Amino acid sequence: MKLRRTAARIPLHVTLLFFGALWFVPTLGLLLTSFRDSADIAQSGWWTVLPKLFSGGQYSLENYIGVLSQHGLFTSFMNSLKLSVPATAISTTVASLAAYGFAWMRFRGRRYMFMMLVALMVIPLQLTLIPVLGIYSKLGLAGTFPGVWLAHTAYGLPLTTYLMHNYMSGIPKDLFDSAAIDGAGSFTVFLRIVLPISVPALASVFIFQFLWIWNDLLVALVYMGANPKVAPLTVTLSNMVTNMGQDWELLTAGAFVSMLLPLVVFFGLQRYFVRGILAGSLKG
Amino acid sequence: MPSFRKRKETRQGQNVTPEESSGSLTGDGEPHDESAARLSWLRGIAARLARVRWNSWAFVAPALLLMGLFLVYPAVASLVRSFFGRGRELFGTTTQYVGLKNWAYVFTNSTMLMAMRNSALWVGIFSVSTVGLGTLLAVLLDRVKYERIVKSIIFIPTAISAVGISIIWKFVFAYRAPGINQIGLLNAIVVHFGGQPIGWLIERPWINNICLIVVGVWMWTGFCMVIISAAYKNIPRPLLEAARIDGAGEWKVFRHVTLPLLAPTAAVVGTTMIVQVLKMFEIVYVLTNGNYSTEVIANRMYKEAFNLGDYGRASTIAIVLLILILPFMVLNIRRFIANEGGRA
Repeated sequence: MKLRRTAARIPLHVTLLFFGALWFVPTLGLLLTSFRDSADIAQSGWWTVLPKLFSGGQYSLENYIGVLSQHGLFTSFMNSLKLSVPATAISTTVASLAAYGFAWMRFRGRRYMFMMLVALMVIPLQLTLIPVLGIYSKLGLAGTFPGVWLAHTAYGLPLTTYLMHNYMSGIPKDLFDSAAIDGAGSFTVFLRIVLPISVPALASVFIFQFLWIWNDLLVALVYMGANPKVAPLTVTLSNMVTNMGQDWELLTAGAFVSMLLPLVVFFGLQRYFVRGILAGSLKG
Repeated sequence: MPSFRKRKETRQGQNVTPEESSGSLTGDGEPHDESAARLSWLRGIAARLARVRWNSWAFVAPALLLMGLFLVYPAVASLVRSFFGRGRELFGTTTQYVGLKNWAYVFTNSTMLMAMRNSALWVGIFSVSTVGLGTLLAVLLDRVKYERIVKSIIFIPTAISAVGISIIWKFVFAYRAPGINQIGLLNAIVVHFGGQPIGWLIERPWINNICLIVVGVWMWTGFCMVIISAAYKNIPRPLLEAARIDGAGEWKVFRHVTLPLLAPTAAVVGTTMIVQVLKMFEIVYVLTNGNYSTEVIANRMYKEAFNLGDYGRASTIAIVLLILILPFMVLNIRRFIANEGGRA
């Protein structure tokens, strides 16, 4: 009986194994190739190392040293950091302020304005590029970090404000009342009560925004222009694909450099990441 | 919080300095009774301003300002721009009003029509595959002990960039002339079974477009799976058990109990995917840049604007994009607001 049940489950396991492999193998190929010698890569498929996976001598860090120093990926990595961290910080701050205002302040047109803010999610990024670039070239913000920070903040606002609002409007009202009796102003209440309580939501939104900005190509491409001094990883990599499309040792190592931080975030903070995604779409 | 402080100052200024304004009015040589009337009028405004909750506004002002500047204004400007010709400056000497010329171009030019056909292909295959595979995986993985590990693997692409994913797949699709060792996984398999290597990203129009869509599906299935899985785990187990005890086979349970209960979630995920795929730009930009008949609307918009310098046409394409995603976004947002009402 037990044996028959196990046998009946074999198709299930085979199906899942197949899908697991479909998602695992391409990434594995990239990772292994990035450590192989360029001559080896050109000579044989990456899977030929599998039978002797753990024997040394076939791997080196040479490709990584190459892309980081000669092909400017180290600079790009730093640029990606300089771009993503402040942009995420600014956008989380602006969004939590607005979310608090919309959730707990009473002023005229509040509901109407909040709905409008949510409705702005319909606007595709593409629609804003040309007019914003026009403003930026007049103000000298094109090709600068602050320009991209502001743009990313604005683009993320409808969703991030909505998510934070959802969370903050669930805070019990009693907490505010007792603070008001103590004579705390609304900004104090925000700093001392609302923010600390909202840490889980803040973490989700922060991670979500950070990965979005880190992984973005389009916004960086348009506002950073072709200036390699400020180009983040995604822009440099996509240029490498265009100019060195067959240099697999560089492309694979470069791609992995760009994935490193997201992977760390993914495995380290998966709980918040998943929560952010669930909040963003289950309710949306 | 600069705006916070600034607002406070304005408020105080309005309240405290009526003498100053009266002084300036008499200085203008106006009759005294009229200036008194003006003064009380000013006082009225001051009182009204004092009643406005600057405090509350200060919290939402930065967000509203940014949204106005980066979303509302550009949407209007792009609409206006769609009636003007090429050139960078909207009211510059080279940019002329062209009426509906851009709109005619968008709906008649052969490249644009191809881009629309491909985008339709993307919408159809991509949204059905991501939601379908996501549902299948969510339901199947719930039955095995290694659920977490496979889920993580399939979910990883959600965290990495489309550029990185494109490179992963460019390598899988790698093509080398027959006779030379294939280093791309897909062609190695084809050759191993005695076939001829295929230029996966070049064979137009079906093979290369399907291959690009596969990359997109690979990227987004994990997202759908995680959301649908959460909904699946919310279905009360006794409900499924009851159906099984009544003698329903696994397929029948899935078809008549699970699926109807998952349908609302799947619908939301599906509309989200349609919006995503219409805006998707990176995969096509990196892998083919729209060459070999793989152009899509979002990539065409970028090309018209930043490679060909025709801001008029590019703005028109962007408006078309907005019109296409609008119905799906409205569906999603209405659900937002419905939820909001239900909770309050």
